[in-house]
Amino acid sequence: MSTNEFNQSSHVSQAEMDKLEKSAERNAAPSTLKLIWHEFVANKMALISLIILVGFILYVIIASMFMNTSQVMQTSIMNYFAKPFTPGFFLGADQSGRSIVDQLIIGSRNSIGIAIGLTVISSTFGICYGLISGYVGGKSDLVMQRVYDFFMIIPIMMMIIVIVDIIPSYNAITLTLILSCFYWLGTERLIRSQTLSEVNKEYVLASKASGSGPLSIIFKQIMPNIASLIIVDTTLSFAENIGVETGLSFLGFGLPDGTPSLGTLIGNASSADNITNYWWTWLPATIEIIILCLAISYIGQALRSSVNVIQRHNS
Amino acid sequence: MWKTILRRVLIMIPELIILSVLVFLMAKAMPGDPFTGQINPKDSLTQIHHLMRINGLYDPWYEQYWHWVVHLFHGDLGTSYEYQEPVTRIIAQRAGNTLWLALLTMILTYVIALPLGIYAGRHEGHLQDTLVRIYTYATMSVPFFVVLVLGSWIFGYGLNWFPTSGSVSPTASGFLPVLLSRLGHMILPAVLGALFATSSITQYLRSGIIDAKHSDYVMTAQSKGVPMKAIYKHHIFRNALLPIAAFAGYSITGLLGGSIFVEQIFSYPGMGLLFLNAINYRDYTVITALVLLYGFLNLMGTLLSDIALSAIDPRVRVK
Repeated sequence: MSTNEFNQSSHVSQAEMDKLEKSAERNAAPSTLKLIWHEFVANKMALISLIILVGFILYVIIASMFMNTSQVMQTSIMNYFAKPFTPGFFLGADQSGRSIVDQLIIGSRNSIGIAIGLTVISSTFGICYGLISGYVGGKSDLVMQRVYDFFMIIPIMMMIIVIVDIIPSYNAITLTLILSCFYWLGTERLIRSQTLSEVNKEYVLASKASGSGPLSIIFKQIMPNIASLIIVDTTLSFAENIGVETGLSFLGFGLPDGTPSLGTLIGNASSADNITNYWWTWLPATIEIIILCLAISYIGQALRSSVNVIQRHNS
Repeated sequence: MWKTILRRVLIMIPELIILSVLVFLMAKAMPGDPFTGQINPKDSLTQIHHLMRINGLYDPWYEQYWHWVVHLFHGDLGTSYEYQEPVTRIIAQRAGNTLWLALLTMILTYVIALPLGIYAGRHEGHLQDTLVRIYTYATMSVPFFVVLVLGSWIFGYGLNWFPTSGSVSPTASGFLPVLLSRLGHMILPAVLGALFATSSITQYLRSGIIDAKHSDYVMTAQSKGVPMKAIYKHHIFRNALLPIAAFAGYSITGLLGGSIFVEQIFSYPGMGLLFLNAINYRDYTVITALVLLYGFLNLMGTLLSDIALSAIDPRVRVK
């Protein structure tokens, strides 16, 4: 029976039908994105964090386009430890006379870029691994979990430092890939346990009964149902991942020399002379990392509370 | 119970073997060879080749690996190229520093986390709870090394309350002064490490207490007229605290991983600093030994926690 026939045979007019549809839409559970948006509108701090974060990332990307890394990293002995607020050196210069502000902008772009790349790669891998391991179960799950256990006992920091030391030359992309090999564990664990609790739900059984293949069930049924959890976890791992590359660069095993990173800037604090007398060489980067990480985590917390609302709606 | 332990120990063996193979291959891939620093410049190339041949460096890797493992079981991890001393002796000198610091950090972690978690769980949804949550949120999101750098700047260099390098002051002599000096050197890194490590334990404890508070057995006890204090003491804490105690093993991984940063920033002569120096000198016998040791300690930590958890909670045990 087509809509037209229905309209002819029923007493309900088209206008009334539209009105009914609209009210049904109003009463239905709002979509995930809508709820997240509501949370951000209601939570002013989260909105401010989001604006700061997005604005800062955009600023760093655009500003660094007009800069030349090798020019910024050029030594100029005349400006040896130039003080902040001297002309041309808003935040001063380091021992090689390189402007801290310029290094901060390029370093932020590098560090944030690597953190985003690391988050995308490691989260995608962790999500797929967890979904498959949790859904398939049985022997494959057992094997996959032993692999997970093995990665858990690896001293990750040491392993990465050794690998970076062995590899003759590497750049930001290879570094991101190396890091991604180790930082999927937390996501995997979370997604697997959530998948295990979804597997026996009715919608999964119904899709199985209607003949959907495992891949389609995993990625078209289960994944959308845990999407909110994935969004929260990815945001929080982004905050954590900022610390990974900067930490390595801080120790001197991250980005190669001549490539500024927030970590190498904080690494200026390793010398007792710098940390006490030349605070401007390392403190700005330290404060920037703290603000960035707090903002991202706060966004993650706001997302989490909107996810709790979504879960309330669903149950 | 014994079945669980046996199964966990059996799983451990292949993990250790794979780790050791990995570590061995990485060591082979590193530049340099065991005679770096021992070779007399007057030696001819044929002599060096001869030296490498009789020491088995031209054998296939699996044979070299086998020799290495056999030596490992005899407690022989090779000689450090940098220090020209047995690796075991060098590590033994440093291990104490790292382990004492880790122990102190762990004690402080629990000392801070337990009251905070209990306090937040008790006052769920109130101001106290919010304050604790702000604290855990802040310590969880900021990278560890940033906190350490700031801490050493403020409390070490700025306020001069604590020393910023070394493990014991060279002027201290006698048992008590040395002990106090050691504690003085450890206290700042340990407190900073503990502040950082508390967040997950506090959160876990808080939700454990909240879960227990809303459980049926607490309601039963309440309706029987048991005073709230007694309920907390006999029911809620018992159920919420035991898993937390078992977490101590898992936290070893975090403590050891953090030791690299702590020891670098506070120039604390432990295994983490030894590792960084060994990397700089390409001292690969020390590097392999340390990676293997850290892996082994991680494994022991998870093993202890797994066993403790299954002892506490029979639901975890394998059938």
